[in-house]
Amino acid sequence: MAEHILLRHRDNKEISKLPTYRKGSGFSAFERAVTKLNPEEVTDIVFDSGLRGRGGAGFPTGLKWRFMDKNNWPHYVAVNADESEPGTFKDRELMESNPYQFLEGVMLCAYAVGCNDAYIYLRGEFWDLAHELDKHITKLHKEKLLGDQLFGTEYSLRIHTHLGAGAYICGEETAMLESLEGKLGQPRLRPPFPPSFGLFGKPTVVNNVETLANVPLILEKGAKWYRGFGTEKSPGTKIFSLSGNVMKPGNYELPLGTTFRELIFEHGGGLREGRSIKAIMPAGASSSLIVANDVALDTQMDYENVPNVGAMLGSASIIVIDDSVSMDWLINKTVHFFEHESCGKCTPCREGTYWMKNITERIHHGEAVWDDVLLLNDVATNIKGKCLCALGDFATEAVTSSIERFREDFETRVPQSRPKTEVKLSL
Amino acid sequence: MNHLRDQYGKEIEDVLARYPETQKRAAVMPLLYIAQREDGYVSTQDMDDIAELLAISTTDVASIVGFYTLYHDEQAGRYRIQVCNDLPCALRGADDFLDGLCDHLGVKPGETTPDGVVTVEAVMCLAACDKAPMFQVQSYDGIAYHEVQTVKSAVKLVDGWRKEKASG
Ligand SMILES: Cc1cc2nc3c(=O)[nH]c(=O)nc-3n(C[C@H](O)[C@H](O)[C@H](O)COP(=O)(O)O)c2cc1C
Ligand code: SF4
Ligand code: FES
Repeated sequence: MAEHILLRHRDNKEISKLPTYRKGSGFSAFERAVTKLNPEEVTDIVFDSGLRGRGGAGFPTGLKWRFMDKNNWPHYVAVNADESEPGTFKDRELMESNPYQFLEGVMLCAYAVGCNDAYIYLRGEFWDLAHELDKHITKLHKEKLLGDQLFGTEYSLRIHTHLGAGAYICGEETAMLESLEGKLGQPRLRPPFPPSFGLFGKPTVVNNVETLANVPLILEKGAKWYRGFGTEKSPGTKIFSLSGNVMKPGNYELPLGTTFRELIFEHGGGLREGRSIKAIMPAGASSSLIVANDVALDTQMDYENVPNVGAMLGSASIIVIDDSVSMDWLINKTVHFFEHESCGKCTPCREGTYWMKNITERIHHGEAVWDDVLLLNDVATNIKGKCLCALGDFATEAVTSSIERFREDFETRVPQSRPKTEVKLSL
Repeated sequence: MNHLRDQYGKEIEDVLARYPETQKRAAVMPLLYIAQREDGYVSTQDMDDIAELLAISTTDVASIVGFYTLYHDEQAGRYRIQVCNDLPCALRGADDFLDGLCDHLGVKPGETTPDGVVTVEAVMCLAACDKAPMFQVQSYDGIAYHEVQTVKSAVKLVDGWRKEKASG
């Protein structure tokens, strides 16, 4: 990217300082919104930009804001800064290095939905980061960009940080709200969705950090300008977190619709000498494994095209896997993760991840027979679609896709295979 | 007598002020971090104190402590080295790093060195996958990231803590 929209600290390191951010027209969008636009107008601009949620689901942001129940007050904004998907490390860089743009995004969102108290829910590990944000927030109060009766209007806004304490499930929006309320981080049954029943039972917008960091420039430069990046259905740029067997792992901000090939080989420097690319997980550990052939590599990374090669874009955490990796090892890692992170609220996920872990370990340690591979596939299939939240499904993606697409890895692991019979197991 | 209130009254008031008056319970997580500050874990006395402050039951507080991995109900090493060996880091050598560090310290993951200085733990992704091998250090009052590590750099850190301890 010539110029960044989000990772602007890469162009100007000083942007993390308030005077520098303000000099570059920072907070002028917020001031204009509060003094000149009504909340619906702000929402309309975001809606027209086509901005979609960057937390994973790609839901249209402006539409979500419009869903806020106007007959029930107060309204809250709860920013999802839980960032715990293995392979995702973009929100952290944004909040650390371009914090005021992020905070202005939170403020614009709050104004647009009539919220006076916004909460930023950060994973507990972001301890230092939360304390830095607190300092930035204090500065904004001093400069009268936060607080009561902003710019002489009736509008007041406060922002509070809230640290989680180590639980991936708290990234799921309703679990995050439960956690913020001081309860166990376990998902709620939906509907009702947060815009009608959210934090403390009140209408709440939950948005990802990166989603909101887009908003100040959208307000400043307009929806049409924003649509000049990316594709028609997936406008804008996206931060791709590139990790795994690649020479230059890191965050890369690129237009949505950039190909896997460009990201991995041009920006990421390709693979180590002598290694070739075997698979890609585009949505972190929750992802299916894409076979990294030419068709896949030439696929555009956006919400519409990634499904064509059998996966989702999700939070765009691109894990590169080279030919030294065997899939039984890989799913042993992912299944271990999900078993550890299952919140235990529903049986298929709690029990299913436990069984997947046992079987996967057996396979990985060469103590299994082919029936075990089938059994594993069966357990995974039985979890899918039967759970309260998406974590259950996430836990199965790598398992079923690798057994289907990298079968030989399992066949070599269980050489002494018994006859290949179907095994049925119901949960 | 509420030990936590006596010790941290002003800070606790500030925490409570962040949430609606009728939603005091929301303060349980920040209060647990305050409780952990003295000795790195939440004692039953702390849980009683928090329960009283927030008008919830001690069982409720205990279940929160049990649910989240960064709260502890037992004392461990002064510093917890939490090495990420989740998939992306493991693809960049995190398992070897963890083994090497454990060998050097003579512990297995989950164990504490005999001098009580360090507990080594294997943890899930910490949002620093491009900086593997990496770990965070949870001390009584905070969490700090250490990225792009070698066994040598990690051991140096531990040696520093040991010196600190020896000099009182
Ligand atoms: C298990 C699970 C974990 C999730 N983790 C995160 C996360 O760490 N950060 C995030 O922004 N969204 C996460 N999400 C998605 C959120 O539920 C929600 O869709 C998102 O925060 C909405 O914001 P957006 O519309 O701006 O993307 C997760 C979802 C699930 C099911
Ligand atoms: S699917 Fe798993 S994580 Fe989600 S609610 Fe059920 S048990 Fe909890
Ligand atoms: S996998 Fe280790 S920090 Fe993400």
